[in-house]
Parts: sequence; structure tokens; C-alpha cells
Amino acid sequence: MKLNKGKFSEIFESLLRIRRFEEKAIDIFSAGKIPGFIHSYIGEEAIAVGVCSALEPTDQITGTHRGHGHCLAKGMKMDRMMAELYGKATGYNKGKGGSMHIADFSMGVLGCNGIVAGGIGMATGAAWGHQILKNNRVVACFFGDGAMNRGTFHESVNVASIWSLPIVYVVEANGWGISCSTEDSIHITDLSERAKSYGIPGVNLDGCDVLAVHEAAQAAIARARSGQGPSLLICNALRMRGHEEGDPQKYRSKKDIQKAKDNDPVTRFRSYLLENEILSKEEVKEIEDRIEIDVNAAVQFADESPYPDPVEAMADMFVVED
Amino acid sequence: MREITYAQAINEALTEEMRKDSNVVCLGEDIGVIGGNFGVTKGLQNEFGKERVRDTPITEDAIVGLSLGASLVGLRPVAEIMFSTFLSSCMEQILNQVATIRYMSGGQCTIPLVIRTANSLGRSGAAQHSGRTEAWIMHTPGIKVVIPSTPYDAKGLLKTAIRDQNPVIFFEHAIAYYGVKGPVPEEEYTIPFGVADIKRPGKDLTIIAYSMMVKKALEAADILAEDGIDAEVIDPRTLTPLDMETIINSVKKTHRAVVASEESETAGVCAEIGYRISKEAFDYLDMPVERVATADVPVPFSPSLEEYMMANTEDIVAAAKRLMG
Repeated sequence: MKLNKGKFSEIFESLLRIRRFEEKAIDIFSAGKIPGFIHSYIGEEAIAVGVCSALEPTDQITGTHRGHGHCLAKGMKMDRMMAELYGKATGYNKGKGGSMHIADFSMGVLGCNGIVAGGIGMATGAAWGHQILKNNRVVACFFGDGAMNRGTFHESVNVASIWSLPIVYVVEANGWGISCSTEDSIHITDLSERAKSYGIPGVNLDGCDVLAVHEAAQAAIARARSGQGPSLLICNALRMRGHEEGDPQKYRSKKDIQKAKDNDPVTRFRSYLLENEILSKEEVKEIEDRIEIDVNAAVQFADESPYPDPVEAMADMFVVED
Repeated sequence: MREITYAQAINEALTEEMRKDSNVVCLGEDIGVIGGNFGVTKGLQNEFGKERVRDTPITEDAIVGLSLGASLVGLRPVAEIMFSTFLSSCMEQILNQVATIRYMSGGQCTIPLVIRTANSLGRSGAAQHSGRTEAWIMHTPGIKVVIPSTPYDAKGLLKTAIRDQNPVIFFEHAIAYYGVKGPVPEEEYTIPFGVADIKRPGKDLTIIAYSMMVKKALEAADILAEDGIDAEVIDPRTLTPLDMETIINSVKKTHRAVVASEESETAGVCAEIGYRISKEAFDYLDMPVERVATADVPVPFSPSLEEYMMANTEDIVAAAKRLMG
């Protein structure tokens, strides 16, 4: 596919930012500095990056409980994200959301969501709003294959299809809903077939190939923006780690985990760039070094930030009007 | 002053707010072409078109999701969920999304949406169409609960709800739509949330009632008056926020309170208001607070069965007489 060097570089940087942020967050979580729990996006980076790199800055997304990648791919900053993971006052959500609920409305991130399929309704509603307001915006809605079995998925995609809403449904088919395999959850192997029941395009993709995701997303986004309605992108990418950090994955074969590691989307894209001489080793190293500085700065920012004043627990529920 | 029905009052509020603000949109099942299952939205689609008065499939979960998303990008959606029992089909969206998104984002967004729905006890709807589900929502921080008893209150409060920057669930009543008429001025007015209305002043005891129970409470007050008992009837009108000050001031004066509601008896609005009276006016009470509510069984279909389990005028009279010794 035809991209300029700057775009290749930007995509690689975005993939690597997610990977390094996640690795760092896991380390810190293991050290006990992050409360709650963490669902790592490792192994699925190509999906968020492939899609978000095809969006306009004014377009919007909704993420999931495994949502750090969505936020970073849409351009959110590592430092305020890390602070949110810590529960610090300087976090994007002022410490009220945590890992699963990071949001930045100014960047078009309508929020990650702790409920499987929970964000699909609001993403569809945002798309409906854009249609009414005629503002030419598109919404990309991320969720896992597990969410495809929830009613919210069906109700939302159904309405989006009959109203031709400007939205792209991006399925991160990672093979597992905690311990329940996709095979044991869905009676078809090609999940894109579900699109047929809504009369919308469905595409089955290698979700570890960032360029394939980017290309498919571009087409789906263009379709949505031109008023032709939603698409369903099935991006297949196995989870490289447990459902959450600390999950021993007893339900999963070593072979399945190895398969995920062999298909690492970041490694694949790095090799692609080097083999095709799109980026030199030095250029890759320069990007890696820059990200390392950012990640460490994010941790330092989170470490040094204050916890919220406890009375802040009572603020932000309602808009208080004078 | 002219008198109009409760349904007409709601229709006027919607029409006026849609004329005033092009960002107000309505959506729901059967609200457009036929003007709503209860005829409340009649004429809206003719005036405002199919895009702003949107008929949806039978899809309560998506109706709430659509409303939430649209509110996040600048619209002011007013959704209709036909019966308040159907809120159960979209409770995930209401409890986990609508109620939490602003708070969890640290106040980044506003959610100016209204969900209109109808309570409907007393119509032989049986258990699935006889909702009184306001306690479910009152129990959920992050959503305002409005529950008017008169056409005047319905119109003024709905206009306030549509203009509010926060999510509001607006409980109407299927019997009130055409069974309750009342004076409503032609000119513009709104009613603020959190301000109870004294529907009947009195000095001997306080009856707190809302929605269709206000009518029954007023009937009970008339019956009690024949026995020389002067009851004050207070309608809180909104449950979140709840105007306890008016209630407490009344109880301090009367020293006796009955809390009456159509809801199931256990763990409901009456329990909450009753507790707060006991806590805040303990020294003024001559008797424990009485509760009048519907029996804790699913609502039966047959009129005689439903009548038996419902909270009625006579139940309020009996409770008041127990208080008066």
C-alpha cells in the first residue's frame, strides 16, 4: 500500500508507544503501585493503530477495558494516562476512572469502557449525532469478539445499518473472552459473516498486520463518511498475555500462546520496515530511544503527581448550574 | 385559566422546546407516525420531520445508547421508553453508562438527555406493564428523577429537564395522560428541580405522595376532613434532587407523617423518605412514620386482584387514622 515515509514512521512509533507503555505499566502494576487491575493490549497494537491512523483528528472513538492502545493510538499522552492508572489527580479522569475508563473528549476519545459491549451504544449514538449535525465526522468503535454475543452489539449495529450511520465497528478478535474461547462462544468461524445479517460490509483481516488494518479501515471510514453506513471489521489477533495481569491462563495451551508471540504485530512491522528499507536501523533506534524517554517521563510524572483530595470523590457527578 | 390533560401538557413542553432549540431531538418506539403508544408525541413528526422525531425499532438498549452518544456530541435527545418496566431492557446503559460517564471521566462531558417513560399501575397491565420503577433510578447516583402528578408540573418540569445539562429520567403515568386534567397557563414557565409543592395545606398530619398517589392523597385528605382531621399533602415532584426541607418543615408542624407511593413496599422511595423524616425530625414526631405502598407481589392482571394489592385512597385514610389514634 502507498504511504509516505512519514506515515510509516508515524505508524511504527504509534505501535511501539503502546507496546512500551503496556510493558512499563505491567512492571509497575506488578510492583504494586497501580491499584485495581490491568488488561494489556500487547499483541493487538496493530488494530488500534491501523484504524486510528486512518481517522481524522476530529473523528471519535470508543475503547474497551483493554483500552490503553485505543487512547494512545488516538493521540493521548502517556504521562496523564499513566497518572490515571495510578489514580492520581493529574490523570485524564482525575483518578475517577482508572485503567478501564480513560477518556479524553477533547481528543475524540469518548472513553474506554469496563462493560463488554458497553461503549457500542454511545459510539452509535455519537455517529447518529454527527449525522444529524452534518459535521462529516466518523466514529470508530472498538470491542472484542466476546462483545459480539451481547445484545448491545446487535441492537446498535442494527440501528446503525438501517439509519446508515457514519461508524466503523472494529472487532478485536483475540480468541478469548477471559477463559472462554471464541470457538466455544460463536458457532461460525468467519465472524465477518455476521455483517450479512445487517446488510453491511464485513471484512475478515489479519489484525497483526497494521497495514492491512489501515487499508481496510480507510475504506470503511471513507464509506461511513460518504453516508453509505457502517462496516464491520474483524481484526484477528491473539492475546499475547492473560485476560488481565496475574491471569495464569490455565485454560490456554502453550501452543496458542506461542502462536500469538510468533505473530507479534510490532516485531512484524519493524521487520517489514527494515527489510523493505523504509526505515534504517538508525531511524528505528532513534524512534525507540525517543519513546523510552517518554515512557520514563510518564512514570516519573505519575510517581510525582499528588493523589486527589479525598473530597473530590463528591465532585463531577452533576453539572452544577448557577 | 384553561385546563388541559397531562398528555397535552407533555406534548406542549416537547413542542415548545423543539421550536426553541434545534438540538432537541426525540426518539423512541412508535413516537413519530402514530404519535406514541399513548399519543403523547402526536403532531411532533409533522412539525419537525422524521429526523428530529425518530421512530426506532423495538430496541430499548440502543435507544438509550443512541441518546447518550448523541448527547455527548451536542444534541439534547428526549427518548421515550414506552413503559417504565421496559427500563429493565436498557438498565445496563442507564446504570453503567448514562449515570457514570461524566463522573468517571472526571467531569469532561455533559449528558443533557431525558428519558421519558410511563408508570402504569392500575390498568390491568399485569406484572410486565404495570411499572413503578422510580426507586431503581433513585438508587442510582448520577441521574435525576422527575415524577410529576399534574399537567402544570409535568409541563414545567419537562421543560426544565430538557434544558438540564444532566441526564434525567422523567416518570409519567399512563392513567394520568387522559385521566388527569388541570390548569396550565398559555405563557412560558418552568419549574425548578428539588422544590416540593404543597398540594393541600393542613395542620394535623403530613401526607407525602407523588405521581398518581397525589390524587389519592388529596381524596384521602377530603375524607379525613369529614372527621375533622386536617391533612397537609406534599408532592416532592422530583426524587433526585429531593426537597426534604419542605417535608421536614411540614412534619415539624404536624408531628405525623404518611409516605404514600404506588411502588412495591420494600426498599423503595417511601423507605428513604421515611428514614430521613425519622432522622431529621425525630424529636417532633408523635408517632412512627407510616408507609402506604403496594404489596410485595408481581402485579396481577385481574382488576379485583390488582385492586386488592394496590395502595389506594382507603389505605392512606387508614394509615392517617392510625397516626391520629
